Amino acid sequence: MSSSPGASTGERAAAPAGERPPVGALVEVVDLVKHFPITRGVILQRRIGAVRAVDGVSFEVRRGETLGIVGETGCGKSTTAKLIMRLLDPTSGQVRFDGRDITRLKGAPLKAMRRDMQMIFQDPYSSLNPRKTVGSIIGDPFAIHGLERGRAQRKRAVQALMETVGLNPEHYNRYPHEFSGGQRQRIGVARALALRPKLLIADEPVSALDVSIQAQVLNLLRDLQARFGLTLVFIAHDLSVVRHMCDRVAVMYLGKIVEIGPSDALYRFPRHPYTGALLSAVPVADPARARERRALVSGDVPSPANPPPACRFHTRCPKVRERCRTDEPALAPKGSGTEAACHFPLTEQEVARMHVVTGPVRPA
Amino acid sequence: MSSTTFDLIEGGRSAPLEPLTGTEIAARSPLELFWRRFRKDRIALVSLGFIVFLVVVAIAAPLVVKLLGAAGPDVQNPGALTQFGTPTGPSFAHHHIFGVDPLGRDVFSRVVYGARVSLEVAFIATGLSMMIGIGVGMVAGLYRGWVDTLLSRMIDLTLCFPVLLLGLGLGAACSQGNGCAGGTIKPGTDVVILVIVLATWTYIARIVRGQVLSLREKEFVQAARSLGASEARIIFREVLPNLTASIIVVATLFIPINILTEAALSFLGVGVQPPNPSWGGMLADATNIFNSAWWYMVFPGAALLLTVLAFNLVGDGLQDALQPRAAHT
Repeated sequence: MSSSPGASTGERAAAPAGERPPVGALVEVVDLVKHFPITRGVILQRRIGAVRAVDGVSFEVRRGETLGIVGETGCGKSTTAKLIMRLLDPTSGQVRFDGRDITRLKGAPLKAMRRDMQMIFQDPYSSLNPRKTVGSIIGDPFAIHGLERGRAQRKRAVQALMETVGLNPEHYNRYPHEFSGGQRQRIGVARALALRPKLLIADEPVSALDVSIQAQVLNLLRDLQARFGLTLVFIAHDLSVVRHMCDRVAVMYLGKIVEIGPSDALYRFPRHPYTGALLSAVPVADPARARERRALVSGDVPSPANPPPACRFHTRCPKVRERCRTDEPALAPKGSGTEAACHFPLTEQEVARMHVVTGPVRPA
Repeated sequence: MSSTTFDLIEGGRSAPLEPLTGTEIAARSPLELFWRRFRKDRIALVSLGFIVFLVVVAIAAPLVVKLLGAAGPDVQNPGALTQFGTPTGPSFAHHHIFGVDPLGRDVFSRVVYGARVSLEVAFIATGLSMMIGIGVGMVAGLYRGWVDTLLSRMIDLTLCFPVLLLGLGLGAACSQGNGCAGGTIKPGTDVVILVIVLATWTYIARIVRGQVLSLREKEFVQAARSLGASEARIIFREVLPNLTASIIVVATLFIPINILTEAALSFLGVGVQPPNPSWGGMLADATNIFNSAWWYMVFPGAALLLTVLAFNLVGDGLQDALQPRAAHT
């Protein structure tokens, strides 16, 4: 474990671990919008509407921090990640990386930019090509960018990466089907690390894994972040996982951010009723508290093709009033450390009554 | 999977590392896995053996005929006909082990040479329709949008053609003189291949399109894209290797269909032109005299039946071995 992975990889100087990274935002997302058109008709396709997957999202990711993005299925978390990664083209808005607008990059500049940001995918079974050996999968980034030329050199670099993520380098010639889910996810992590990116986006990296394996992969990510000074965007729907990992958390609902702030503040005193409901839904491993009433919201998430006007949460909000149906609240500081988009934020008494888990959930 | 995979989770990071020159752990490639499964399928193995035998016989047809002392396929032997001019049945006396046809030609050597025609037509036609089908299917699946719409409607349109009528029409049009399309398509096997390709590429294109549509949504394609891979690299390194299994299976299942189509067209008289031997043509000739010369129909018929059966059984075996739906993703 003494050699740093891809020590030979570093054709560029990565910030040595432990050194304070430069301050400021690495990623700035400005008013990002992604609408997927809904069409009808076979030959002549008419556009009859749009799914508003991401509908005006702004936030920043600071250098070296871990930003969590949470929300229910279909709230636009993954779409946001793919927009930042340029796997999708935004309908409007801007993504700035390292101060540079990358929203319209194409060709060679886009390819060069891709070295700086990588992604870990959700499903370790579908994210590895079953027809390739592990060595070839992890070596792909080198092959695509023309790095680590030569068989022996590339093999050495790949095996160093395998060692870094806790895989046996001797398994270089094996195929993905010979590995367990957790090991496959490690292969995905090694592939993402190969180019020594500045930003790593993890799209629900552990939700497909067995609970006993989840912590191992999470700890690996934390280790690697500290070691390589990575900035991490961590997408999840499991709030305890997010708390374990993240410095700041953004909560999304129907394509918008409803609350964002430091995780301590957000978990201690959630201000948006949706955040409060999410937190009170976290299962508690304590039979004595099992029967406590929780502030679960009722009903289903409205269709993102036809979201409610004004505040999007008003159809399910326990605190809804007339103003919520006519006047869209903007994200604004609410005096407890987080910014929330709510006209009538939760009070301390309400949070106490919701039995939000505010104690430590960080695994020992 | 071996038990060693489990201790990796815990021990992987701290496991002492031998120098990398040590013995490599043997990996089972997809090809090995396929072979291990296919080997267990006795019926498919026997069928594969028969196909190999048939191919060897077809390639070495002149040699086989000579070794068995039979006459060439076009040699007429009046001595093998009765005094009334009807053909004689199988006998070793005249070296006509399958008997002769009404012109005194040796049925055995015509069946052997007929295998040549059948396999040649089937392989070439299947190969061509595969190339067209895979190309069209991949373009439609990868680019989607109006390209897909256009190509898919074209496929629907082609599927509407009645194959046999098309074959009869084309056969009739091309069987005069130099053939059609300025002499590029000669009467005989060319017409048969053209008809088969026209009729079958659509099925392959549809299968490939469907597979590509599902593959392109897989996360490993997105992973390649996020690494900066070019479209060509994604097509040839990520998508195509995952299509090989289904392409092989479809090809082996289309070969017997194409053999039958060739036989049918030759039977109807628009396929392989006399005096060239073909199984379908022989069956057509034999129908009139089946009462007196059963061997003229039975042997080419049996050859056709066994060949088609063998290809189908191998195709089924390949499908089981290449695409076990359960275990692996």
